Amino acid sequence: MNELIDHIKARFPIYDVIESQPGQIFVSLEASKLIPMITSLKTNHGFTVLVIFTAVDWIEDDKFQITYVLNNPKEKQDLGIRVFIHRDDATMESIHHLWKHAATFQRELKEMFGIDFPGSPGVDDPFLLEGWDNIPPMRRDFDTKKYSEETYFPRPGRETNDPATFMKQMLYPDD
Amino acid sequence: MSEKKQTEQDKFLAPENKKHTVIGPDGEEIQVDPLNDYFCTDLPKVEAPYKGVLEKFLNWARAESLWVLSYGTGCGSIELPPLFSPRFDAYRFGVAMRPTPRQSGVLIISGYLAVKTLKRVIRSYEQMQNPKYVIALGSCTINGGMYWDSYNTINRLDHYLPVDVYIAGCMPRPEAILAGFNKLKERIKSGNAEGANEYIEKLEWYKANQKKIIKDWNMPTYNW
Ligand code: SF4
Repeated sequence: MNELIDHIKARFPIYDVIESQPGQIFVSLEASKLIPMITSLKTNHGFTVLVIFTAVDWIEDDKFQITYVLNNPKEKQDLGIRVFIHRDDATMESIHHLWKHAATFQRELKEMFGIDFPGSPGVDDPFLLEGWDNIPPMRRDFDTKKYSEETYFPRPGRETNDPATFMKQMLYPDD
Repeated sequence: MSEKKQTEQDKFLAPENKKHTVIGPDGEEIQVDPLNDYFCTDLPKVEAPYKGVLEKFLNWARAESLWVLSYGTGCGSIELPPLFSPRFDAYRFGVAMRPTPRQSGVLIISGYLAVKTLKRVIRSYEQMQNPKYVIALGSCTINGGMYWDSYNTINRLDHYLPVDVYIAGCMPRPEAILAGFNKLKERIKSGNAEGANEYIEKLEWYKANQKKIIKDWNMPTYNW
């Protein structure tokens, strides 16, 4: 395993290498180096499966984190690669030429986070949200509760309890 | 359909639904306008119930033969198959599954509804023949359930379709659904299950609610 990391380290500027559990490693990388590194992993190191590919909104740092998880089925090894891009002009290079199904992930990320992948087939088509006209719903500055209350006719009379205080009252009413 | 509405719809239309020309087998050119050609654009009319004994007899007949559209949304679609298995055996109550809206009289909304699904549900409901009934399962259809603050699921089904029977639970067991069918039968026999007519009487209100959340409305006002 360490061999692989050393090997990659020699060629690509990776940092924050974390072995989260046996057989699973996460590394961080500069966004512009992603395509060469992923191509080399796929062709030379047997990471032939794109397991998942998703984003996290770090609104405080003004960044999106995109995580690519690759799998090497022969060695039973997972490798997660994290890249960070700016929130304002969220654009990332498409990897649909390496894995066809990446186009679906990219279409979803475009809709849910507003991250653009120029050149990816069908990236602008609606996926789950047909006719959505607000900011992308998975961005953390989108207030889903407020949107739901304004849009979907909430039924009056719903009560929400804080679980801790509620259970305390139920179990120990005298305290 | 008015011209203005037509252009409003155009921006959401899939290319095959826009007005276009097709070449027939003998080389002739045919103009097609799919939305107007394949749908009836007239609005439906209220069908007043008959009077007295005849209506009572019809209602008895309707209640004893409920044909359900095989359509599932949300978690509840898992509870429906056992209903038709030997253990719960809904057939003994005259409940049967049908594969198409044209042949069914009961629409079961079996859980949360995303906006995208609601659009399909409305189309299915409007294609069903009168008399038709709606059963709503689970708290998601009543007040949103645990998806009450989601950006994509509706909270109250009765704002979009006329609901005859709600079955509470998350998710209701097949026994509860059977009880719900019996409630629906009682309701039909008592002559109160006039949901289809209510829908037509209040069509404007229902359509306004539906169009408020379905923003890419690219179908006729009433799909039948
Ligand atoms: S009421 Fe519960 S079981 Fe039913 S659709 Fe909602 S979350 Fe799922």
